[in-house]
Amino acid sequence: MEFPGVLNYWASIVLMMIGFYVVIAQGNLVKKIFGLNVFQVSVFLFYISMSKVDGGAAPILDDRYQIYSNPLPHVLILTAIVVGVATMSLGLALIVRIRDAYGTIEEEEIERQEAEMP
Amino acid sequence: MIELIDTALLLIMVATALGFVFIRNLFAIVMLSGIFSLTAAVLYVVMDAVDVAFTEAAVGAGIATVLGLVALSLTGRPDEAPSKRSNIGPFLVTMLTGAVLINATFDMPNYGDPEAPAHQHVAPRYIQQSGDEIGVPNIVTSVLASYRGYDTLGEVVVIFTAAVGVLALLGRRRRATAESRRGAGSAVEGMTGKSILRVTTKLLIPSIMLFGLYVQFHGDYGPGGGFQAGVIFAAAIIVYALLFGTHRARRVISPGIVRFVLAFGVLLYAGVGVAGLLLGGNYLDYNVLAHDPVHGQHLGILLIEFGVGATVAAAMITIFLTFAGHDRPMEE
Repeated sequence: MEFPGVLNYWASIVLMMIGFYVVIAQGNLVKKIFGLNVFQVSVFLFYISMSKVDGGAAPILDDRYQIYSNPLPHVLILTAIVVGVATMSLGLALIVRIRDAYGTIEEEEIERQEAEMP
Repeated sequence: MIELIDTALLLIMVATALGFVFIRNLFAIVMLSGIFSLTAAVLYVVMDAVDVAFTEAAVGAGIATVLGLVALSLTGRPDEAPSKRSNIGPFLVTMLTGAVLINATFDMPNYGDPEAPAHQHVAPRYIQQSGDEIGVPNIVTSVLASYRGYDTLGEVVVIFTAAVGVLALLGRRRRATAESRRGAGSAVEGMTGKSILRVTTKLLIPSIMLFGLYVQFHGDYGPGGGFQAGVIFAAAIIVYALLFGTHRARRVISPGIVRFVLAFGVLLYAGVGVAGLLLGGNYLDYNVLAHDPVHGQHLGILLIEFGVGATVAAAMITIFLTFAGHDRPMEE
C-alpha cells in the first residue's frame, strides 16, 4: 500500500471514535456537546478527504488548470459547518435551561434528582 | 512533502481530540475545540477545500469558541465532576465501531485517486459545464447556489430554526429588573478599564465588516460567499458586544431589526424561487430571471447569497445576544 493510502480515512475514524467515546462515556453535558463536535469534524474530514484529486487545484475555474478537486463534498460540508454551529448552540441553550432547572449539568446528578422526585 | 504536512496535521488533530477525553476543565475543552477547528481548517486548505477551510476557521475557531465560553459562564462550575461509572462498556463499543469502520476502509479507493467513484457522477459535469452554464469561476458557489439551491435553502431554514429555538429557550427574561436591563448580571458585561483592548478593537471592527462585505460579494470569484460573510459580519458585532457589553450592543443593533433580518434572508431566498416560478421557470431556476440565462444565474446567485448572508449573520448575532442576555446563575 502506497503512502498515504487510506491514512486520512483512518485518522477520521480515530477522531470519530474519540468523539463517540466522549459522547457516551462522559457525564458532563457540555463535554458531550463538544464530543459531538469532534465527531462532526471527523465526518467533515472524511468527506473532504474523498474530494481530493491528485494534482488537482482548488475548484475555482482558471485557464491555467485542467484538473480540479471535487467541488460537491465541499458544498455539502461548507453548509454543514454553519448548520453544525447553529445546532450546537441550540444544544448549549438546552443545557443552560437544564442547569436552571436542576442546578447541575452532570448527567448522574440529574438522574439522581429525577429518581428522588415523587 | 505535502503528505508529511497532511500527516503532521492529522496527528495534531488526534492529539488535540485526545485532550477532550482526559482534560476535566471545561474552559480548557472549549479552547481546545478552537485549536481543533483551526487545525482542521489548515488541513482543508492542504486538501484544496478553500471554501470549507474559510468556513471552518470563521465558525469553528471563531464563533463556536465564543458561544461555548458564553454558555459555560451560564452553566456555572467550569470543572467536570469525576464520574463514578465504569467506562469499560463505552470503550468496548467505541473500539468495536472503530474496528468495523477501519475494516471497511480497505475497500475504499486511495486518497487522491482520480478514478474514485466519488469523482465519476455529477462532479465532472459541474467542473466542465459550470463555466458556461453559470458563468461563475468558483465552482463551489455555482453548485451551492444554483445546481443544489434546494439543499442550501434547506440548510438556511435549519439555521433559522436553530436561532428561533435558542430564542424560545433562553429569550424570555424572567425578571426584568432595572439592573438586568442595564446588562449587569448577564454573561457579558463588557470590559471596562481595558483601554488598549477597547481602542484597538474599535479600529478592527470596521475592517472586519468591510472584509465581511468583500467575502459576500466576491464569493463568485474566489473563496467566500454568504455563509462565510454572514459569520464574519456577526463576528464584528459579537466583538463589539464582548468589549462594550450586550446592553450597548443592543442599542447599536436592536434585537428587533436582527430578528427581522433573520426572517428576511430566508424569505428573500424562497422569494427568488417563487419569482422564477412566476416568470415561467422551475422553482429556484435562475435562467428566467433575466433576458439572458447567464445573467439570470448571476442575478439569482447574488440575491440568494445575500439572503444566506443576512440569515446567517442575524442567526449568529441572535444566538449570541440571547445567550449573553440570559441571567447568570446565582453563586452557590
